[in-house]
Amino acid sequence: MRWWMLAKILLHPIRFLQERIDAWVMARVKRQPGPIAVPRHRVYIVPTRFGYAFAFMVFVMLLGAMNYSNSMAFALVFLLTGLGLVCMHHTHANLVNVQLRALRVRPVFAGETAHFELLVENPSRRPRYSLGVSWPREPHAHSHADVAPRDQGVVTLSRPAPARGWLPARVFSVFTEFPLGMFHAWTWIELDMACLVYPKPAPPGPPPPAARGHGSALAGAHAGQDEFAGLRNYQRGDTPRSIHWKSLPKLRQPMVKQFTETLEQELWLDWDALPQIDAEARLSQLTRWVLDAEAGQRPYGLRLPGLRIAPGRGEPHQESCLKALALFDPA
Amino acid sequence: MTARPTAADYLTQASLLRLLAVLALVVAPHLPRLPPWAALLVVVVLLWRAAAAVRLWPLPPQALKLAVATVAFAGIYAHFGRGSGQTAGTALLTVMIALKLTEMRARRDVMVVISLCYFLLLTHFLFSQEIWTVAYLLVCAVAITALLIESNHPGAALAPGITLRQGARMVAQALPLMAVLFVLFPRLPGPLWGLPSDAGAARSGLSDSMSPGDIAQLIQSDAVAFRVRFDDAPPPMAQRYWRGPVFWNFDGRRWGFSAQALAGGAHLGPVAAEFAGAPTRYELTLEPHRQRWLFALDLADPQALPAGATLTYDHQLFAARNVTDRLLYRAASYTQYRLQPELPERPRRIALTLPAQGSPRARALARSWREDGLADADVVGRALRMFREQSFYYTLKPPALGREAVDEFLFDTRRGFCEHYASSFTVLMRAAGIPARVVTGYQGGERNELGGYYVVRQSDAHAWSEVWLDGRGWVRVDPTAAVAPTRIEAGLGAALSAAEGLPGFLQARGSGSWRYALEARWDLVNARWNEWVLAYGPALQQEFLSRFGLADWQRMIAALTGAIMLILAALGAAMLRQSRPVRTHDRALRLWRRAARRLARQGWVQRASEGPQDFAERVARARPELGPAVRRLAQAYLRARYLEGSDPANEARLAEAARGRGRGAGRAWS
Repeated sequence: MRWWMLAKILLHPIRFLQERIDAWVMARVKRQPGPIAVPRHRVYIVPTRFGYAFAFMVFVMLLGAMNYSNSMAFALVFLLTGLGLVCMHHTHANLVNVQLRALRVRPVFAGETAHFELLVENPSRRPRYSLGVSWPREPHAHSHADVAPRDQGVVTLSRPAPARGWLPARVFSVFTEFPLGMFHAWTWIELDMACLVYPKPAPPGPPPPAARGHGSALAGAHAGQDEFAGLRNYQRGDTPRSIHWKSLPKLRQPMVKQFTETLEQELWLDWDALPQIDAEARLSQLTRWVLDAEAGQRPYGLRLPGLRIAPGRGEPHQESCLKALALFDPA
Repeated sequence: MTARPTAADYLTQASLLRLLAVLALVVAPHLPRLPPWAALLVVVVLLWRAAAAVRLWPLPPQALKLAVATVAFAGIYAHFGRGSGQTAGTALLTVMIALKLTEMRARRDVMVVISLCYFLLLTHFLFSQEIWTVAYLLVCAVAITALLIESNHPGAALAPGITLRQGARMVAQALPLMAVLFVLFPRLPGPLWGLPSDAGAARSGLSDSMSPGDIAQLIQSDAVAFRVRFDDAPPPMAQRYWRGPVFWNFDGRRWGFSAQALAGGAHLGPVAAEFAGAPTRYELTLEPHRQRWLFALDLADPQALPAGATLTYDHQLFAARNVTDRLLYRAASYTQYRLQPELPERPRRIALTLPAQGSPRARALARSWREDGLADADVVGRALRMFREQSFYYTLKPPALGREAVDEFLFDTRRGFCEHYASSFTVLMRAAGIPARVVTGYQGGERNELGGYYVVRQSDAHAWSEVWLDGRGWVRVDPTAAVAPTRIEAGLGAALSAAEGLPGFLQARGSGSWRYALEARWDLVNARWNEWVLAYGPALQQEFLSRFGLADWQRMIAALTGAIMLILAALGAAMLRQSRPVRTHDRALRLWRRAARRLARQGWVQRASEGPQDFAERVARARPELGPAVRRLAQAYLRARYLEGSDPANEARLAEAARGRGRGAGRAWS
């Protein structure tokens, strides 16, 4: 045993013990897909710091009552003792039989914060207050909800998403300290949910090089050198830059300029066009180009080793491109 | 798991105002006990904090808070002459809570204030333990607990109705535990570290000296001095003299103790007392008066003293230490007695001492009686006849007396209360060469017909004399009886007219009135309260619990643990019942849920965003072999639950589908 462990046992025996027990319990938490009800025998409960302070205060009051042999003081001390014991049951009952299920997890880019939304259901007649969820060892960052009888509420767990790929939610605790804050009741839960993390987009930079086999430069798309092909009706999502403002007063509705190049040319975002940088940087750059192309309203396709996504446009297309980039395995 | 400085931790305005209201409730009874400036400070700080919360004023700077705190604490120290003790400690605590308000922002601070509130509630009982304080205790406990509940609810404040109801419910659930702990928790005798000199409630009572006007002042109080229950027939009222402090030393105006007599008088020789007749036995419950003396009917039997009590040389009953708690003791007395038939030289000298100068006219009068050649007993009779036959008046409002108090009373004003008569009579006796001393105590007592006991109040306070006569020892002589015999036979109310400024409570006390009946009832309740609740200490606990075979503390602890376990188990079971899922009456929904649980075991869970049909399709796509069964299930469920005029066949079909069975299929899940 290392010396710091010994120091920890001596300085914080309870905390040490609790960490040990938590680790033991957490290693045995089963990941479950669906609604998890908090069973009675899985609710753990310990006094909070305020609980210990309250107990100490009641003890001091007891000494005072003994010293003065004051019956009413004894009555108050015993009432507070009873209140503490009753509170333990209330805190426990506030958590028992609550049901949790995964609600929604929006994909994020690496470096952002992933939010896991959870649905808390109260199937009983008893209203539940201040139900919180938090990651182990981070009790300060939490979100909580009140749930009326036979109703449901939403809580959110947040954690940073450092790298692309699937970010599993892992074990978290659902807890409560209601009503008096003297006890902390909790249980560990692992729901089968994960957040899809897209690669971090590279900083805005050069436009994608022309794909092989097509020759002409894409840079001209917005430079105005290409042949003007005509106007089309405005669609939602068109950038203000592409609107033909001159015709607006005359036609009473916005029109969008179209160029021969954008009509003819499909933009291929190609893994092999970026040979000079490493794999993650390539994925970042491709992510940036996907975002730019989508913003520029241009159809684009994605070519990765062993994967090809045909050119397209719109949200589902962008999502499938980004998902491919997020889960791409360069090895 | 406390420190979490998020926005949710800041106090809402509503929470703060509720906190101030509860604080006002807890602090209010303490205000009259504070120095006026401190009470004003507390009120101002409370009001200011409320206004600051409403108007969003900034909190004061650190330096100002520090300055105010320093000045306030120094002021309290200066006012009480110390920082400890019951009154000063409570004042410090009250001011501390008020000042804490000026720096209260977050929920964590609220926890501190709430803890202090519980503490302050306790200190209230050091001053008063009347029955009504139980109601006050419960109201305050509910209010403070509601506040605690609110401060444990982050975000928007809960409605006060919710927190108060929850607080009341929790306090009500804690009551059985409180009762069990109160009865069974082993009590330890005596103070743990010594009581401050101002411990206990502030009370009126006899003091360790007597000046003209003292007792007239005391009888204005309706407070109970003690209650007494006689084993057999009580002695008649005229013989119910309750002996208290005995005074030997006179300085011309004030009577005080004799140091020799108090020291037990061992060096003065033993005090012989002879008794005749049957003893009167009684049980006396003395209200705490912060003095050492106890009261006993004249004259206490030295063979049957209360535990720990001693008799002084002049037959005062003294406890081992000051009586700061209500004290119950048994004693026996003889109304026929002969006290100290042989008076040694030294006590005789003390009992004859008068100031070197003063009272010239009284001395001259006494000398004239002596010169008439009267015996001691005749001098006594002569003095009493003077009081009876000349124009002396018994009054609560005697004129103020100057420096020669005795002479002015005997020859000029001739209006006085019992202490005037006792004092001047004793001076006359001493001047005539008869050893005499002043005895104070109580006389009479009123019977409570409901409880069968006697109540002796401060308004029964009395002073009389004892003279030593050769062969008869110390003889009680009550000069007041010569002036106003009804005082002794029927009580103060009968002896004085309303015009004499008789206190209102005495005027109304006619034994036939409804008010008398109510008062008697109330006194009985109080007596029971004192007897059973407030006096519940080690002795009473021992006596009470040994009836149930719980004589020693090990058994008490065992019984206590068992009782608490039982109560908590019942409470826990009741609350788990409440938190059980509500069983739905919709059979279709129940069947669907059962099937969903079975599917979940295989890893298929309906998402919150999915309807039954979408869910079934998703499962069917991923696991084609489950497809038909899941689709059938979803169809049967939708039909059974939502189709109007649903027939039982639909439910039967659903029940079958929920088991994973259906036409021609095997078991899809179990």
